[in-house]
Amino acid sequence: MPSSPAIEAKALRVVRGGAEVLHELDLEVPVGQITGLLGPSGCGKSTLMRAIVGVQLVQGGSVTVLGEAAGSAGLRARVGYVTQAPSVYLDLSVEENLRYFATIVRAVPARVAEVMRAVDIEPLAGRPVGSLSGGQVARVSLATALLNEPPLLVLDEPTVGLDPVLRRDLWSTFRELADAGTTLLVSSHVMDEADRCDRLLLMRDGSILAVGTPAELRADTGADDLDGAFLALVERAEGRR
Amino acid sequence: MRPEATLATAGRVLRQLRRDPRTVALLLVVPCILEILLRYVLDGQSVTFDRIGGPLLGLFPFITMFLVTSITMLRERTTGTLERLMAMPIAKIDLLLGYGIAFGAMAAVQAALTTTVAFGLLDLSSTGSEADVVAFAIANAVLGMSLGLFVSAFANTEFQAVQFLPATVFPQLLLCGLLVPRDEMADVLDAASGVLPLTYAYEGLQRVTTGPGFDGTAWRDLAIVVAVTVLALALGATTLRRRTG
Repeated sequence: MPSSPAIEAKALRVVRGGAEVLHELDLEVPVGQITGLLGPSGCGKSTLMRAIVGVQLVQGGSVTVLGEAAGSAGLRARVGYVTQAPSVYLDLSVEENLRYFATIVRAVPARVAEVMRAVDIEPLAGRPVGSLSGGQVARVSLATALLNEPPLLVLDEPTVGLDPVLRRDLWSTFRELADAGTTLLVSSHVMDEADRCDRLLLMRDGSILAVGTPAELRADTGADDLDGAFLALVERAEGRR
Repeated sequence: MRPEATLATAGRVLRQLRRDPRTVALLLVVPCILEILLRYVLDGQSVTFDRIGGPLLGLFPFITMFLVTSITMLRERTTGTLERLMAMPIAKIDLLLGYGIAFGAMAAVQAALTTTVAFGLLDLSSTGSEADVVAFAIANAVLGMSLGLFVSAFANTEFQAVQFLPATVFPQLLLCGLLVPRDEMADVLDAASGVLPLTYAYEGLQRVTTGPGFDGTAWRDLAIVVAVTVLALALGATTLRRRTG
């Protein structure tokens, strides 16, 4: 069913620490594209991604991922997830981390070298992760998610704190993956990354504010850039209230 | 359940330990030093040294593995690696067994070394063989590991995790019969002692070191230690949640 979306959320409600973080949120992410999830820090992006990956307790609604209920056992081998925190073993070397996770996700051993090449960390293979810079650790974490070539990648702020050259390189890696048929959901709070996405979900205060291609969102709001478009959409939403 | 995942986890935990040589040195050397101290504190009282020193060999691994496991698992929770693993195709039992194998192996080395020092250098005498003591030591280590794993779910910080040691292990040490024989305790304390796993760990060790040897009671004690380990692991598994708030 190529037409059915990779991710579909319906009336998703999540409460964390006594406060409702996601309010009856609906969303669709198409297959084989880069979908950008943009919004300010604290708007619920990470919680939404956790719900999609199936590690978040949800209070209502449904999330369907690749045709199965989010969090079902069969999805664990088909969804790659990179959290904001590095989530790799700092006391092990890059290669030891990747070899361990490769066994867990049943990736062939040759994939370890391939993913290191893909995110350009081959020269760091023998270094303990704890001795690497933040950007390097983020790439180790990303490489881990690529090991078993999952059809869906959920990446929570993968480029935060990286220098512009590295960000450009990572985005071209994401593009190559999408061209090869992988679906990517990438969150960011940096609007200038939005233009690299095929489609955007603008999020604010636990709801999806707008959906469209970067060009559509600009045209719709008459704004020159996406920051302006976001502001216009926020004002429009508040005017409606 | 998948043996590759279990063994990979055991290997990973051991590699992490190897990257921390100071911890390994402390794990291996401290029990030997304590045993040596005990020997010379009880200089001239070789009966008392035999009575306490033997069982203590098998109780050290319980204490150290409890501590190491609760901290390691807490780290796994706080750094996000546990969440990553829970989003991956690994069974909880593979993770727990991996930990068990790694710390069990570590305990075997610790116990072998401490036992060699105690019997070889300190003239500890025992009715049973060194192997009996080592067997109990490994079982106690895995018991300590499974209890440490379980309590780590109730600690949010490493400070709290460390405090669980005096809170849960020291009362067991006081009540297990090592300091005062159980039949000399008040009935209430004896009853409390009867439901604590370390009591059986101690009793078994006592039988193979100064008692009649590896008899039926020692086997029963070993079976209780293993049963409590399995129970703690099962409880530990329930604290590994795929979904969290």
